[in-house]
Amino acid sequence: MSKIKEFIIEKIIFLCGIITIVFIILIFLFLLKEGLSLFKSVRIFEFIFGKNWYPISEPPQFGILPLILGSLLVTLGAGIISIPVGIGCAIFIAEVAPRWLKDILKAFIELLAAIPSVVLGFIGMVTLVPFVKNFFGLPTGLTAFTGSIMLAFMAMPTMVSIAEDALYAVPYTYKEAAYALGASRWQTIYRVIIPGAFSGILAAIMLGIGRVVGETMAVMMLTGNSARIPQSFFDPVRTLTATIANEMGEAVVGSQHYFALFSIGIVLFIISFFVNITADIFMHHKK
Amino acid sequence: MSQYKINVTKLNLWYKDFQALKDINLSIKSNLITAIIGPSGCGKSTLLRTFNRMNDLIEGVRIKGEVLIDGENILDSKIDLLSLRKKVGMVFQRPNPFALSIFENIAFSLRIQGIKDKKKIETFVEKSLKSVFLWDELKDKLKSSALSLSLEQKQRLCIARTLVTMPEVILMDEPCSSLDPLATLKIEELLQYLKKDYTIVIVTHNMQQASRVSDETGFMLLGELIEFGPTKEIFTNPKDKRTEDYISGRFG
Repeated sequence: MSKIKEFIIEKIIFLCGIITIVFIILIFLFLLKEGLSLFKSVRIFEFIFGKNWYPISEPPQFGILPLILGSLLVTLGAGIISIPVGIGCAIFIAEVAPRWLKDILKAFIELLAAIPSVVLGFIGMVTLVPFVKNFFGLPTGLTAFTGSIMLAFMAMPTMVSIAEDALYAVPYTYKEAAYALGASRWQTIYRVIIPGAFSGILAAIMLGIGRVVGETMAVMMLTGNSARIPQSFFDPVRTLTATIANEMGEAVVGSQHYFALFSIGIVLFIISFFVNITADIFMHHKK
Repeated sequence: MSQYKINVTKLNLWYKDFQALKDINLSIKSNLITAIIGPSGCGKSTLLRTFNRMNDLIEGVRIKGEVLIDGENILDSKIDLLSLRKKVGMVFQRPNPFALSIFENIAFSLRIQGIKDKKKIETFVEKSLKSVFLWDELKDKLKSSALSLSLEQKQRLCIARTLVTMPEVILMDEPCSSLDPLATLKIEELLQYLKKDYTIVIVTHNMQQASRVSDETGFMLLGELIEFGPTKEIFTNPKDKRTEDYISGRFG
């Protein structure tokens, strides 16, 4: 009797494990099938490097270069803001802050992760957008820069908590040795602890960036959704993700436009796949 | 220079409610090797760590009493902790080189003092590796990771890293406990050689080691310093019954 029970439980657990793999494979196959259909009529080169995204003109043009650049620009901006702040915050929490402040900070960062992106987007829309518009004297506050700021907030929780773990993983003996040699706290941090945690910090950065690349709602609300090649941080842009979210509803199923949106999905998939792989390599990197 | 390097009077130390050191009085002479022996948990490492204020890193430590090094009370809150730790170096139980190259491990001590001159750093690295007899073995692979060295080489490297800050006192917390007997012997030889330039305080639970290397020995038990005197006397003619019991192996 118990043998049968054992057998059944074992199979159920096996099924649970397999099911995720099956789902991922199915999603991937579906994405490929729909996305690759576009390339029966549009050449890949024109798709990736085409400068015009006019999916419903006659004839339509499916160049996603402006969207790729939009995503890159917003991600770059978010990185420039969130990497120093996030890593600095992790160092402060792990090495400098007294215990009570540490606990408060960690609680707030977890809270930040819990705010839905649409709420952040909404807050950004009513506060950040007019501020950027007035402060820089721009025709519109819906710019890549605005999106970057909000995305930086979203990347931060992931970045801080993973970087913090990496800092904690540096052996206490290193710290002790540095102090015993008469190193100050800051010298110990930047000469011993940061080099020791370096690969973990890089992994934290990559995972934070991964979150930014895939983020949709807030960027859609804040970046202005203009599918033109941006000239500066203060231009409106449109990202890959926002394009799919915006146009999925209006694209006729089975049309070229519909397939093109899935092709964008493939591009996004490839980008996040590489970001995650890089993070993974850093994470399991052994000296 | 006075004959005594370190003078401890009425030193008491608590970890929260636990009293780890009780009324310690002790004087350590310059250019000698002083050993502190005793069973695990007797407070010998704690005592050692008051000499460079490493106990400060532990939460809930309270200290009363006086520790004078060259006549200066180092327990004073106004003391410059960073220069104290440069003056009083420490070698730990487990060799703890940084995950840097051999060269950078020693250069670390110089860089934190603001020395940037490359030539100067190279000279110091060479000199300190020579003084721990590692130079000939390692001079061709200074760029390789310090973590690839043998335990004994690592411990020598840690000693070199300490020497390069030009300390006057070197504290050693069971420096040989993770080494094999041959390596232990080599480190002990090194101590004899270093003694003419430095005041060395070594904590060990290996009584043979204490009797081999030290000039003076203190025996600690349950936070108290039971007996202190010339090593020969402690080991051949202890005055206290408890010391005798310990060194004859009846407990510990």
